[in-house]
Amino acid sequence: MNATAAFLRRIAPQLVTLSAVLILIAMVFPGFFEISFANGRLYGSPIDILNRGAPVALLAIGMTLVIATKGIDLSVGAVMAICGAVAAASIHQGMGLFPALALALGTGLLCGLWNGLLVAILGIQPIVATLMLMVAGRGIAQLITEGTILTFTHQGLIFIGSGAFLGVPMPVLIWIATGLIVTFIVRRSALGMLIEAIGVNPRASRLAGINTRVLLIAVYMTSGLSAALAGVIAAADIRGADANNAGLWLELDAILAVVIGGTSLLGGRFSIVASLIGAMIIQAVNTGILLSGFPPEFNLIIKAAIILIILVLQSPAMRTTFVFFRREKPTAKTDVETVAQ
Amino acid sequence: MNARILPLVATIAIFLLAYAVCYAQFPAMLSTRVIGNLLTDNAFLGIAAVGMTFVILSGGIDLSIGSVIAFSGVFIAVLLRDTGLHPLPVFAMLLIITTLFGAAMGATIHYLEMPPFIVTLAGMFLARGMAYVLSIDSVPITHDFYNTLQGLYYLMPGKGRLTLIGGVMLLVFLGGVVLAHRTRFGTNVYALGGGAQTARLMGVPVGRTTIQIYALSGFLAGLSGIVFSIYTSAGYSLATVGVELDAIAAVVIGGTLLTGGSGFVAGTLIGVMIMGLIQTYIIFDGTLSSWWTKIVIGILLFGFIVLQKALVWLTARRGRALGAAR
Repeated sequence: MNATAAFLRRIAPQLVTLSAVLILIAMVFPGFFEISFANGRLYGSPIDILNRGAPVALLAIGMTLVIATKGIDLSVGAVMAICGAVAAASIHQGMGLFPALALALGTGLLCGLWNGLLVAILGIQPIVATLMLMVAGRGIAQLITEGTILTFTHQGLIFIGSGAFLGVPMPVLIWIATGLIVTFIVRRSALGMLIEAIGVNPRASRLAGINTRVLLIAVYMTSGLSAALAGVIAAADIRGADANNAGLWLELDAILAVVIGGTSLLGGRFSIVASLIGAMIIQAVNTGILLSGFPPEFNLIIKAAIILIILVLQSPAMRTTFVFFRREKPTAKTDVETVAQ
Repeated sequence: MNARILPLVATIAIFLLAYAVCYAQFPAMLSTRVIGNLLTDNAFLGIAAVGMTFVILSGGIDLSIGSVIAFSGVFIAVLLRDTGLHPLPVFAMLLIITTLFGAAMGATIHYLEMPPFIVTLAGMFLARGMAYVLSIDSVPITHDFYNTLQGLYYLMPGKGRLTLIGGVMLLVFLGGVVLAHRTRFGTNVYALGGGAQTARLMGVPVGRTTIQIYALSGFLAGLSGIVFSIYTSAGYSLATVGVELDAIAAVVIGGTLLTGGSGFVAGTLIGVMIMGLIQTYIIFDGTLSSWWTKIVIGILLFGFIVLQKALVWLTARRGRALGAAR
């Protein structure tokens, strides 16, 4: 049971934060935790948080792996728009549900492959490599929807966005299942450790015999795939593909979710579960602000404050100071020497 | 030819070629009226891009400038509406605020040793949030002084108008060139971009320079906000979303190496002009949709980054060959 304890200790800060946010909301709104069952599915604010947080949660899964390799994927919002457009357009063409989904997810993988090739083969910094698709992606999505918002009435596709299975909304099932599968794959094999190795030192891990190129490409493809799932859900939710607004600025929310989850932006360690809780914290804050009647404008300031607090906690400088205060006097001399340099 | 100036030469060649293509199709494109409009329409982007050039030259990135521009517009508009102040003291207050804001981000980056990307992301949220808190609605600016500023222009031969804000952009670029290539600060920026460790060993004050760089970027973003408010006569908290990406694209297309340490402020001006030219062409054509702008900019970005990679690779190989010859 030692491993379970370690795991719980790892995600404890996130769980505490999430509970604190939820309790805070519940104190203002006593009926917050009420869940009712109607029309074959669950309703209530907690379910709403799980449901609305689905796109960011899905993006956070792929983003966690990318950030663990010391990379970043700015293109996920644009990939969402592209894949939503592909799904809507192929349904429009009269394709069945499964070919349309396969095409959308395949497009996501292709976008991930493109990013991965730029990063792993051409050696371009991730932030720039994915910036290209971020800039051009919405144009490509517009190309697919031909500049309009493509609406559809296909019941199967709509079911993915607003349907429910065993009373649980489909988006919730999809992000939880994806999170479990990816966690299982990376943590039940050596893959997770190898990904962390790349984040710590790509050169050393290559010398140690890790196939960094293939692994990096696979990581970016996972990110593309999770963005594609998020894009399909977002399109199915509004019953249309909006190339301009689908997934707009969600890449930033996804990065924020990963950072709240305690995954270091400097690479080298990650926890998908913690990132998912991070995504839920963001959504809980959003919902809380909406419920409280606070102007939604404060949302961004709160997000900025959260980032700042985490930055201070994560920073190497802060850790040094912490160690400095805990140790006895002799270290003071070495510290002065470092400053003198 | 020096490998350093090759990206700049490529940028200028592409700009001239693109302009020639536009001219062949629409002869009216060569008039000074179009050139004047090109400068006016892209003035705010150009000014912000100068700041971004310095940040990228130092190996950093600043994602906050779009939000800072929007904040500046709202700040000016709300202050002019609610107080009887003249625009000039408001401008001064705004520039002090945005400069301090940039300096604070620079200090956070240096002292907390965190990636500039995430620090300026927080800055982006903060500035946009402050703009929202000031006002969600678009606030019109109706001060007489604004009408005077908008009416100022220099009539170029051929009846083209070089407006005040277009002129300000050109002056900022001139100042940027002098700052980058003729001052100690500029040398420090290049040194920092070449490698923070090396720069520190050479005696470059890393902390002070980092703070100065982001303060400069904040100052220019504020100035860009003033120009944008003159351009639109309003302050709107949802304006200029994504301008930071346009600015980064302009800097890269202008031939500045994204890893820092190599590039020219003048190249950024050409980068901004290329992006403006694409938009002008689409307006002249009339049948193309505006999203082609994004795709073409994406393709240009890709082309320039691959060109840079090839150059770095070639230089490294030549260096190795030289080493072997010795």
